Amino acid sequence: MRLDAKIPAGPLPQKWDRHRFELKLVNPANRRKYDIIVVGTGLAGASASASLAELGYNVKTYCIHDSPRRAHSIAAQGGINAAKNYPNDGDSIWRLFYDTVKGGDFRAREANVYRLAQVSNWIIDQCVAQGVPFAREYGGLLANRSFGGAQLSRTFYARGQTGQQLLLGAYSALMRQVANGKVSLFPRREMLDLVVVNGQARGIVARNLVSGEVERHAAHAVVLCTGGYGNVYYLSTNAKACNVTATFRAYKRGASFGNPCFTQIHPTCIPVHGTYQSKLTLMSESLRNDGRVWVPRTGGDKRAPSQIPEAERDYFLERKYPSFGNLVPRDVASRNAKEQCDQGKGVGETGLAVCLDFADAIRRDGRPVIEKKYGNLFQMYEKITGEDPYGTPMMIYPAVHYTMGGLWVDYNLMSTVDGLFVLGEANFSDHGANRLGASALMQGLADGYFVIPYTIGGYLAGSRFAEVADGHPAFTDSVKLVQERVAKFLAVNGRRTVDDFHRQLGLVMWDHCGMARTNDGLEKARSQIQALRAEFWQDVRVPGAAGDFNQSLEKAGRVADFLEFAELMLLDARARQESCGGHFNEAFQTEENEARRDDANFCHVAAWEFTGEGQDPVLHKEPLAFENVHLTQRSYK
Amino acid sequence: MSKTIHLTLKIWRQSGSGDKGRFESYPARNISTDMSFLEMLDVVNEQLTLEGREPIAFEHDCREGICGTCGTLVNGRAHGQLKGTSLCQLHMRHFADGDTLVIEPFRARAFPVIKDLVVDRSALDRIIQAGGFISVDTGSTPEANTLPVPQDRAERAMDAAACIGCGACVASCPNASAMLFVSAKVSQLALLPHGRPEAARRALGMVRAMDGCGFGNCSNHRECEKTCPKEISIVNIARLNREFFKAALLSQER
Repeated sequence: MRLDAKIPAGPLPQKWDRHRFELKLVNPANRRKYDIIVVGTGLAGASASASLAELGYNVKTYCIHDSPRRAHSIAAQGGINAAKNYPNDGDSIWRLFYDTVKGGDFRAREANVYRLAQVSNWIIDQCVAQGVPFAREYGGLLANRSFGGAQLSRTFYARGQTGQQLLLGAYSALMRQVANGKVSLFPRREMLDLVVVNGQARGIVARNLVSGEVERHAAHAVVLCTGGYGNVYYLSTNAKACNVTATFRAYKRGASFGNPCFTQIHPTCIPVHGTYQSKLTLMSESLRNDGRVWVPRTGGDKRAPSQIPEAERDYFLERKYPSFGNLVPRDVASRNAKEQCDQGKGVGETGLAVCLDFADAIRRDGRPVIEKKYGNLFQMYEKITGEDPYGTPMMIYPAVHYTMGGLWVDYNLMSTVDGLFVLGEANFSDHGANRLGASALMQGLADGYFVIPYTIGGYLAGSRFAEVADGHPAFTDSVKLVQERVAKFLAVNGRRTVDDFHRQLGLVMWDHCGMARTNDGLEKARSQIQALRAEFWQDVRVPGAAGDFNQSLEKAGRVADFLEFAELMLLDARARQESCGGHFNEAFQTEENEARRDDANFCHVAAWEFTGEGQDPVLHKEPLAFENVHLTQRSYK
Repeated sequence: MSKTIHLTLKIWRQSGSGDKGRFESYPARNISTDMSFLEMLDVVNEQLTLEGREPIAFEHDCREGICGTCGTLVNGRAHGQLKGTSLCQLHMRHFADGDTLVIEPFRARAFPVIKDLVVDRSALDRIIQAGGFISVDTGSTPEANTLPVPQDRAERAMDAAACIGCGACVASCPNASAMLFVSAKVSQLALLPHGRPEAARRALGMVRAMDGCGFGNCSNHRECEKTCPKEISIVNIARLNREFFKAALLSQER
């Protein structure tokens, strides 16, 4: 298999224009002859569904929830970047492009990232017109704030609920097309297989989560917008339903998986507090604009943070990175917090936390100003911890938050399976080895509103399609496979619950494939996971029936896939013998403990091809060519 | 500091829409007060699974109060007793050792029970389909700063837009009315200049859809405002009424 990224020729700023001109068009009268399946209704899926339906395609949209409005994009807090340069502080498309490539530690494709920066401004126009209530200045114009990893203000926001407002905007556009009859909505469906006929993605097999029926859905193209796989760690800031199943099933049908080991550990989350804990809560990175991160100067200091005098505190980010201070990128902030805790300087009951202190900001700006900026976040913190962050410093610790890896896609966002497109967090494309704050919302909406509407037309116009209905043998085979697997889960009737296995998997991954990795640890983890997987199939207990609303059964399917997928992450992490962004192998670090890349040997995308059950996948490499930016050691000092 | 408490749960069990349903009692022992309400249910479900019984079906997802998926009645109150809090954000430190909690699904004709504590809220989506949007196709929009929006209007629009669509307003209304939900969306879009061109059609369409879905009318009990986890104000209902009357009496829309 040869990976062809299909990057258009010509100078970077003209590539997308040129490509849009070169893409074939589907005549408006012919669009209604094409059925397109969109799986997932987060920012990418909802925006893609609405935009494709507006063009005249017949869209069939699936979501795992009762309503498309519940997708996990809704939980994004901080904001969305765009290169509008409203504050007149020196922003440009080029700078947003450059910051994103650098922030990703030079492991993303230049052409994709440049396009992302180009369309970023249209996204803001689109969302405002939909009625997204962004924050505004007194004069009525849009407000901006700065965000981690950037030295200027390019982030648009709606209090701490930006993801919610953007998603509800895209959801409203989707609902409008449902009312127009151009989108058929299938809520409470989980995609359990991809159907490929003659090398083309031609449909999906999905389980109706209410009736348990395994359904067949055929189309001319399939668009996966199913998010990331952070829940492989069990504890993450992802919603409980987030899973890898759709993308992993597509991988097993021939879609290569790109950079699975690139995961993002977000620095500002509420620390873990008990073994029963079901998920972690993110506190928006915007808090780092005013909050100061510190630990006690000496290890083992058990005084309450408010009792520790100024002189005995170490504001380690400000000390180590004077120019970016508390606003260093997420991977750098997270790793430093871990380093301090590893040295025994952590605070709180577990010692796995650092302080995020607003006392100076409250003294400087007054409580009302801080309350207006962060009120809902402070309230959320108090609800969860029972402590008042206006009076005592917050305690935070890094947590798994986002996955940069995902299905490999070319410039058209098409995977290695013809007609299978992958958008948003589910693809690997734009963030390299580390994503900057406020860039996920930008990418999801860029892909859905402004990329897929063009590129899918090019595919449809340039392809020939055999008649494939849902009675095709490929569907029948796939349904049988899915039903057998469901029956297998129910038949084990062992002694351990699905969550119990999931927790154990998460601990192994967090310890060995989390913020810091070693070759030994990765290898050890691989054998532990193989053993755990074997145990799962012998000892899991899944109550209930196949033909029913059965949440245990849903979870079992997702965890079984995580148990296989985890091994792919470990393989990828082991193969990448360098450190970059969120992938930090302890053997590869600078004298100042920063990630040391190896551009001579690892300046590539790792794309893993499934070769059969029980066999090791094959690694393909897409070399990354940097023609417009100079590869440097990232420095935020 | 955390401690542990013991509770008795009386939980509604119903196998499907055809089943009549009944309360069943379960002990919840050694519950850490640092747990969230849903984590407490997780613990009970783990226990039920190991005992070979079917776990309690309940919906949840983000567990940080924003997706609107979770929600049950706890002792008759939607999302429990804590003001401005969704069920996932309610922590067990707000309960006392020995408490008995009655947990049942959101009840409304428009929300049929699917299983146990899970109800079908798709009627809320159907209301949005009837006009809860601004009709702009992708790409056809003017530059974002073309229309200034006074800051206080934008803030009030945001107050309304904060609705998470959980349906607690319906569940706590004696008439099972969805007026707070409808008014939040109508208000958000009516307050913004971008939403004005369709304001009349939106108000009429969404109210008609609400009636059609089997929700009741508003008779100013204000229970919705009291239980709304996002504290959406009934000022929005007043605004919806104004928009509705203006539309019905003065506009060409029918």
